[in-house]
Amino acid sequence: MNKALVILWKDALSEFRARELVPSVLVFALLVIVIFHFAFELGAERARSVAPGILWVTFTFAGVLGLNRSFAQEKERGSLAGLVLCPVDSDTIYLGKMLSSLMFMLIVEAIILPIFSILFNLFVFMPELAVIAVLATVGFASVGTLFSALAVNTKTREIMLPILFFPIVSPVIIAAVKATELALAGGSWANLSSWLEIIGTFDIIFLVVASLVFEFVIEE
Amino acid sequence: MKGREIQRSDILLGLSFLLMIAALYLVFIYVPTEATMGVVQRIFYFHVPVAWVAFLAFLVVFVGSILYLGKRESKWDILAYSSAEVGIVFTTLVLITGPLWAKPTWGVWWVWDARLTTTLVLWLIYLAYLMVRSFALEESQGARFAAVVGIVGFIDVPIVALTIVLSRTQHPGPVIFEGGLAASMLLTLLVCLAAFTVLYVLLLQLRISLREAEVEIAKLKQAQSP
Repeated sequence: MNKALVILWKDALSEFRARELVPSVLVFALLVIVIFHFAFELGAERARSVAPGILWVTFTFAGVLGLNRSFAQEKERGSLAGLVLCPVDSDTIYLGKMLSSLMFMLIVEAIILPIFSILFNLFVFMPELAVIAVLATVGFASVGTLFSALAVNTKTREIMLPILFFPIVSPVIIAAVKATELALAGGSWANLSSWLEIIGTFDIIFLVVASLVFEFVIEE
Repeated sequence: MKGREIQRSDILLGLSFLLMIAALYLVFIYVPTEATMGVVQRIFYFHVPVAWVAFLAFLVVFVGSILYLGKRESKWDILAYSSAEVGIVFTTLVLITGPLWAKPTWGVWWVWDARLTTTLVLWLIYLAYLMVRSFALEESQGARFAAVVGIVGFIDVPIVALTIVLSRTQHPGPVIFEGGLAASMLLTLLVCLAAFTVLYVLLLQLRISLREAEVEIAKLKQAQSP
């Protein structure tokens, strides 16, 4: 666990010094929101019904962009081989990279949410939404880290990741959109519980499965 | 060894042929026309067995992928890969016969109903499976990557299905299984299921031997060029 935190620290430090991932993903996410606004010409009434979808499409697209960089950076710097050669288990590497992707995605989401709230005139600062976002992002990061490591070794890495990632995380996207809809409509925790359970189950299953198969993806 | 194998696929071919003829007879002559949906309902005897074979094929991909990662014997990879290709063909057939049946009964080609949507996602997952393999930098890496997708994808399918069913509760349940199937229809369905399952085994075997030949040729080519 400590070793995984070291990998997380390494990624955080290199991001803090280079400042390339979070700002670019943020701008991208903002652009997605703006494009959605052009596409739908949202008035106040319609905004409420379409907002959950827009929010999660934005998070998904921004997430996949960030995940692409997670291993592409390592590969470009040649530090992936170094990481694999470290005297740690492959599931520790997986956990570390998963945590760092999770952290970057959560930072982006935490900045995007208030902007989204202002632009769409919606009140989104509720504990329900925070729980949904964290659970769903864990799901994204668990599958995304595995596929990011895989896609980086293919010919068309930027395209390969979304092609693998979107169908597999479709349950998380559906459940997150439905839960956000209910939360924005003022639903109680009991209303949300079945969707949160699905996302939670997805998280647990894919954290276990991905850490088990991760060694087959990074071995040379 | 070689002679025995040819014999086995000959038997499968014969069996598949006989079952298909029997299935055609049952579907078009023996079984009565369904009361509410009319003649178009006969596509059911094609649609359901094809869907079953698609699922069976992806189950074989899943098992083959696990065995390949565990044992690293290329025969398991060849099995998984061949089954995935056959599975994609059959899933495509499901996605074609589904709308053909939906148009006269529901009035539209496509509805975002639970089963249709799940099948579409399933199809996309296994397209990714085939793409990963062909875009991998090396052959052995492609096999490993595909196996990972074969495992993760199959585990994902029930979760996808569950989520989509939950999100579309307004859809009516399956009409066909309400109150059970008439005996003659059940018989026809079972024969069709058998016919398509045998066809799957036959196609899988053909694809495996083709794949083995491909691997052999690749090896020979590599040996030739220094």
